[in-house]
Amino acid sequence: MSIVVVEPGPLAVVQDSGRPGLAHLGVSPSGALDRAALALGNRLVGNDDGCAGLELLFGGFTARFASPAWFAVTGAAGQIALDGRPMDLHLAQHAEAGAVLTIAAPAAGARSYLAVRGGIAAQQVLGSRSSDLLSGIGPKPLRVGDVLAVGEHPLAEVPLLDFVPVAEASAGVVEVRAHPGPRADWFTSAALEAFYAVEWRLSASSNRVGARLDPPRTPAHAAGVEQRPVPLLERAITTELPSEPMVAGSVQVSPDGRPTVLLADHPVTGGYPVIAVVATASLDAFAQLRPGQLVTFRHA
Amino acid sequence: MTVSVLQNGDRGLLAELDDLDAVLALYRALERTRPAGVIDLVPAARTIGVTVDPSVLPLSVVTNWLAHAVPEPPHAADARVVEVPVRYDGDDLAEVAALLGMRPADVVALHTASPWLVAFCGFAPGFGYLVTDHERLVVPRRATPRTVVPAGAVGLAGEFSGVYPRSSPGGWQLIGTTDATVWDASAETPALLSPGTAVRFVEAS
Repeated sequence: MSIVVVEPGPLAVVQDSGRPGLAHLGVSPSGALDRAALALGNRLVGNDDGCAGLELLFGGFTARFASPAWFAVTGAAGQIALDGRPMDLHLAQHAEAGAVLTIAAPAAGARSYLAVRGGIAAQQVLGSRSSDLLSGIGPKPLRVGDVLAVGEHPLAEVPLLDFVPVAEASAGVVEVRAHPGPRADWFTSAALEAFYAVEWRLSASSNRVGARLDPPRTPAHAAGVEQRPVPLLERAITTELPSEPMVAGSVQVSPDGRPTVLLADHPVTGGYPVIAVVATASLDAFAQLRPGQLVTFRHA
Repeated sequence: MTVSVLQNGDRGLLAELDDLDAVLALYRALERTRPAGVIDLVPAARTIGVTVDPSVLPLSVVTNWLAHAVPEPPHAADARVVEVPVRYDGDDLAEVAALLGMRPADVVALHTASPWLVAFCGFAPGFGYLVTDHERLVVPRRATPRTVVPAGAVGLAGEFSGVYPRSSPGGWQLIGTTDATVWDASAETPALLSPGTAVRFVEAS
């Protein structure tokens, strides 16, 4: 059983639940950025939650099923079609051999997930099939013509469901919860207040390593009023921090005062102070933020 | 020794210690008494990070574990010593010797005679930061990092020595080269230089 990649779109990678437990060797946890979306897709086709599927950034994806397969598409809602027939998201669907699946760019959200009954049987590296884009461990991003093996069918049946309630990804301001970071006290109280008060904007340079956030835009007429604007997230302690362990969700603040939320492919240690740590329950939201979209932090 | 325990999100804690020796001593104790539910135990320069599965191990229990662990001194007798053969042909060997006011041969003699210990990993998978028991090989990083450092390059930076597990950019002062495989993702033990490993550099002919 296999799938042939006809067009991978901007970035298509194999992801499962990652390779946690190897941070002491310098290995990132990796895994699907929207873990709930991949897990739902897997459940819909009777797989274990952690089976490998495809993480598709901004759709534009076309693949041909070389053999009959059950599949489900979850996450960001792009129009999906099988041999040109529109299909529903969040539902197990059956494809005949030779059928062509297209997943268009989503109108909201950023990452769609394709789960296939049996899972994508890419080579395991350190116990996981995930692509780690920081260190290059695991399968490479998909290219035109790649043939993806599909694993053995699981014992579980394809569950009989005709509707799964799933909240659509928001196109507006996204609210996430965050705990005080281990170095929150390295920032001024004004900085801490600002961190939770302002609407941050997702930078286009964000990726699976981290979501970079830009401060709110200064209106053109206000620019130049202050010769050297103080960074929004000003530090109270300015000594250098010896590199320390980071987790997915750590919000590091670089010297220019910009926060970066570390995501699945994050470096295991970092030397910028962590002002906050995104609550585990809010972390998946960063998978679905689009460049320019606004995000606010609330106390967890 | 003082350990302060900092919250690091809803699944993690950070133990902060006075210095690297204290980190190494506590890491030894934690590694030996690691309870089920600990996902990652990560030493760094002044801190040890712990992440857990909170459904198995509540953070309150982990806090107690960190605060009450009895640091363990290095146990030299039973330690496995990894020997790393090095050809001391690094491009920066002469400059390192000049910085330290020694001859290149003295740098080699000191590097091979010193007992090294992997304090922690970082930068890349399998990149160990090795420390020794003296400060006679402390050199600054290169002012301009190299865009490509080959795999197996042996370097010095600050108080650390290390081996590049694969080709990457890097700013360490290069003193030699090893053919040892320091990282193999397909191996049972992927990293040759994991935290706590004792290392001896041996001059290869």
